[in-house]
Amino acid sequence: MIRFDYARPADVSEAVRAGSGEHAAFLAGGTNLVDVMKENVARPLQVVDINRLPLTDIEAREDGGLRLGALVTNAATAYDPRVQQRYPLLASAILAGASPQLRNAATNGGNLNQRTRCYYFYDVDTPCNKRNPGEGCGAIGGVNRIHAILGASDQCIATHPSDMCVALAALEAHVQVTGPDGDRAIAFSDYHRLPGDEPWRDNTLRSGELVTAIDLPAENFSTHYTYLKLRDRLSYAFALVSVAVALRLSEDGRIEVARIALGGVAHKPWRVPAAESLLQGEQPGERVFQAAAHAITEGAVGQGQNSFKIELARRAVVRALGQAAAGTPQSQTDKRIA
Amino acid sequence: MNPAVTLDRTSGRRVAAEPIASLTLRLTVNGEERVLQVEPWTTLLDLLRDKLDLTGTKKGCDHGQCGACTVLIDGRRINACLKLAVTLEGQEVTTIEGLGQPGNLHPLQAAFIEHDAFQCGYCTPGQICSAQGLINEGHARNRADVREQMSGNICRCGAYTNIADAVLEVLEQGKQP
Amino acid sequence: MTATTKIGIGTSLSRVDGAEKVTGKAKYAAEYNVPGLLYGVTVSARIAKGRITQLEENAARAVPGVVDIVSHLNRPKQAWLDHSWKDELGIPGEPFKAFHDDRILFAGQPIAVVIAETFEAARFAASLVEVAYEEEPHNIDFTASLAEKFTPSYFKRRNTYHPPKKRGDPDTAFANATLKLEAEYHLATEHHNPMEMHASTVEWHGDGSITVYDKIQGSQGDQAYLASAFGLGKKNVRVVNAYVGGGFGSGLRPQWQVQVAVMAAIHLERSVRVVMTRAQMFTHVHRPECTYSIRLGAEHTGKLSAMINDATTSTSRFENNMEDIVVWGMMNYDCPNASGEYTIAPRDTYTSADMRAPGAATGMTLFEIAIDEMAYKAKVDPLEFRLINYSEVDAMNETPFTSKALREAYREGADRFGWEKRSPQPRSMREGRELIGWGVATGMWDAQFSKTAARAVLTADGRLEVASATSDIGTGTYTVMTLVAADTLGLAPEQITARLGDSDLPTAPVEGGSWAAASTGAAVQLACQSIAKRLLKAAEKMEDKPLHGAKSIDDLVFADGAMALKSDPSRRVAITEVMTAAGLDRIEVEETASPGIGGMISMAQKSRNTHSAIFCEVRVDEELNQVRVTRVVSAVAAGRIINPKTARSQILGGVVMGIGMALHEETFADKALGRWMNHNYAEYHVPAHADIEDIDVIFVDEPDPEVTPLGVKGLGEIGIVGTAAAVANAIYHATGKRVRQLPVTIDKLLHP
Repeated sequence: MIRFDYARPADVSEAVRAGSGEHAAFLAGGTNLVDVMKENVARPLQVVDINRLPLTDIEAREDGGLRLGALVTNAATAYDPRVQQRYPLLASAILAGASPQLRNAATNGGNLNQRTRCYYFYDVDTPCNKRNPGEGCGAIGGVNRIHAILGASDQCIATHPSDMCVALAALEAHVQVTGPDGDRAIAFSDYHRLPGDEPWRDNTLRSGELVTAIDLPAENFSTHYTYLKLRDRLSYAFALVSVAVALRLSEDGRIEVARIALGGVAHKPWRVPAAESLLQGEQPGERVFQAAAHAITEGAVGQGQNSFKIELARRAVVRALGQAAAGTPQSQTDKRIA
Repeated sequence: MNPAVTLDRTSGRRVAAEPIASLTLRLTVNGEERVLQVEPWTTLLDLLRDKLDLTGTKKGCDHGQCGACTVLIDGRRINACLKLAVTLEGQEVTTIEGLGQPGNLHPLQAAFIEHDAFQCGYCTPGQICSAQGLINEGHARNRADVREQMSGNICRCGAYTNIADAVLEVLEQGKQP
Repeated sequence: MTATTKIGIGTSLSRVDGAEKVTGKAKYAAEYNVPGLLYGVTVSARIAKGRITQLEENAARAVPGVVDIVSHLNRPKQAWLDHSWKDELGIPGEPFKAFHDDRILFAGQPIAVVIAETFEAARFAASLVEVAYEEEPHNIDFTASLAEKFTPSYFKRRNTYHPPKKRGDPDTAFANATLKLEAEYHLATEHHNPMEMHASTVEWHGDGSITVYDKIQGSQGDQAYLASAFGLGKKNVRVVNAYVGGGFGSGLRPQWQVQVAVMAAIHLERSVRVVMTRAQMFTHVHRPECTYSIRLGAEHTGKLSAMINDATTSTSRFENNMEDIVVWGMMNYDCPNASGEYTIAPRDTYTSADMRAPGAATGMTLFEIAIDEMAYKAKVDPLEFRLINYSEVDAMNETPFTSKALREAYREGADRFGWEKRSPQPRSMREGRELIGWGVATGMWDAQFSKTAARAVLTADGRLEVASATSDIGTGTYTVMTLVAADTLGLAPEQITARLGDSDLPTAPVEGGSWAAASTGAAVQLACQSIAKRLLKAAEKMEDKPLHGAKSIDDLVFADGAMALKSDPSRRVAITEVMTAAGLDRIEVEETASPGIGGMISMAQKSRNTHSAIFCEVRVDEELNQVRVTRVVSAVAAGRIINPKTARSQILGGVVMGIGMALHEETFADKALGRWMNHNYAEYHVPAHADIEDIDVIFVDEPDPEVTPLGVKGLGEIGIVGTAAAVANAIYHATGKRVRQLPVTIDKLLHP
């Protein structure tokens, strides 16, 4: 870990000022930033501790939605009664991730901004375009069992590791940010980005911008939802593939709205509107589920070791759609897959 | 930024860092108020082990991947290895040493001994602090809950079934009036 | 009065070191905060092979708090002869010597240590050391290394290696067999990853002597090694390992952090601590990768007629690590024709070495998958198949066992598990969308005994201290010593203190091979018996002759702090009374337990092994292939059990590690970089709480006075042997998919 200047601003504008430097980093729960700093992957010269900022509330929004403060912990969010009752998909996804200790420290804003778990990104003695632009990608042709099958580039095949974000993508949340140029809201699908030719950019935050809140829209999919996560052990492991599904069913049982987001397969939570519209107006069933599963994985490319994820993702989508349609969401405690 | 620091722009490294004054930190540790001088890059874990000689909190990975360093901050369990100590100004830390002592064991400590819920003992303080955090959180009702909610604590000796027995016993006793 | 509360061998006793461990008082190697301590952080090599051409240290030295940097350029004197670096494992070759010269032998090799006043300063400065290399071609890929596989010549073999003995005419028998199986099995590279990272705190006393608080499984081997490698003289090195945070074999050899810490201390004449990072825990020993080709021939009845084994395991380029891979099935099964080949293949890594049940955990496990396959071919229940081919004797060495209650283990395990309710066909049991599978496998390990000394000191207050330089790596040795002493002298455990983990104590070997309980237990018993004899002598001099008629201690019962006549328990006298009457402040004795002539003869004539039968239930999601191990019964035949409580824990731990071997554990190699990539606890998966449901342990009755003095066979390793096969066999029964490459991960089930 390199040496840095430490600041603990008391309000947001002071934090934005302190965090505007080229080598500044905002520190919240620290569960990811301190980790990557210890690995010398992140080397900020100024660490701006934002834990004292007043971004620690969950509050109702006028449009019927909910605003999650950026500094509310993942645990406090998942166990908040309003989130549990109205956004159980989000609660479930959060509880599928990390460990209780990490969720107690990690914040909502930090969850959005956590870095990939790519082995090469974490190991400074190996090449990585995300860490050191132009150095090459060790994972391509290397050990890539956990890597992306969708939306990757020839520069980077890393995945975004979050579970929470997969649910937020399905819920079509908005990210509230503030920065040197003022406040703005970013649609969740625009928040994270694909690696392309700039794999070092995980998201569309501009320099010095700070996440202040996550807004959940009024439509909460509290009846027909699921978060299904497949991993190498049954807890405390990152997803090989995960699926968030949110459905709105009509009175006659047809699908009116479908949202499917995949985790563990791309540089961002993966959604394909065309796959979702295949389900619209249909009665839930194996045939349409299969069609959607194929559509959302269209164009998937394996790297060898991770090629199994393509079939696994398809099967997981079909199963998750079934769980959501039946109103039998996946438990994060009972490891039997519903 | 500190003008005395020379920054290598290509590596982003401070190449010849001047000492940065350490910061004053007020922290309550196991009920005792402490005023400490710490550098901003010192983690709570290293502060406890190296500076305060509270070596009951263990370093098993130093990256939040094993749970051996679990302590309670204001009653909530966290990984001490990923907390910069300076960020905890004014907060209350409870470590294994603060839960109980030989001769005056905490019920979880006694249950761990009774159920042989450890072998080498290295993950044990973290398991016990984590179990206390689990009880404080109040979301665990049965064995499956305990297993899932203790999953942030790796035990390489494989004492899991005995740990679950111990935690469940204390959890259930706590339910009784 | 009759003795009612005797606590001794066979009593379930909570760990006597439990209170220290659960309160955080137990101190491990990195937790001795000695005065003036400096902190060392090691710089690891980026490349896998080549030379260091330049070490740029200026930036690192400029960091405030940095005291010095030690590397091959300025290290203290090291012994030149490889012989001086031999440790208790005795792996032939050129032992690794940190900072010896500019050569890089494996990725992550320690090349310099930055020593500073604080850990943080050392960590930062270590990241500023710039190293230039001259790279050479390397290979870390096991498959590629098979092109160079070889059998070491006799003098370059490990002395623990047992070459397979051929019997009959296996090639012809296989050619003529009605049923044939020919398949390749594979086990991934695994790293031990004990919870405590390897650490050494070297206390510099200023008089040329040091105390090393080390993570090591044997203090005296470490002491001898450090004294010899750094020319210190044995009297100047004391090693303390009172608590060891797990080992599983990683602490059998002194690892490089102790070399580095001692060199730094000598160089600076200061106390220094060096702790590996979790990533650096992947830069030393690991379980070798293994490929194992098995050909089995059988009659249609399921009777085996041929077993042809051929296995290769990985080693380094500088040492020949060898394991007994192919012999287990040959010893365990009655089959007239059997042969084995074994080779090792070098790659550019650190040397593989013993990890929990080395050889058997790999060889027996993979063989037990093959046996399962043959049972299905023969359409015989897998448990019945094993009974059909049951051997009462060691079938390879043609020697009887001192005892073998495997048949009882099969029976009791099957009863507890409910095996008779099993439906034979694969994919025939299910609940909802989960396929249920039941599998069985056999485990086998050596029952070993190793010369060990113990001291016992009885004081006038009736307190007893027993001490030996053995170790307790979580195995329960403190408690075993206490129980044996309590048993022999009839004292309450609270009156007894067990000491271990210090090279100053009576001679004991490294803790490994499952011999500690049998050997240390026997030594403690001898020492306590010696005290008992002294007490009897003293009692004979008492005026009222309370034990009149007792010719030896065999005529006495020791219980409740007193000794009494067996023939007339009313004639008794308290031990403290005897001490007082004789005017004794203390009785101190030291005894050494060794096999003796009778034991040596028995060892030459008989095989000594533990056995187990493991039954496993898995539930596998039919579409998604997520595997859950919902139930395991491990029935173990291991002679006499000293402490059922800690004994059970040892088996539980072995089973959990076996589940890890079956489903999780695998270190991935990047061939181009020559580097392990998932070198952390997040991506090298070991089982978590959620993975472990119900494990049942049975100890079957197996009286065996011949195997070791106490009839104890040892339990440290048998729990893991075969467990992964039981899981893999259960997965086959559930899904009909036979995965021959461990671990059985979701991808392998998806595309079998």
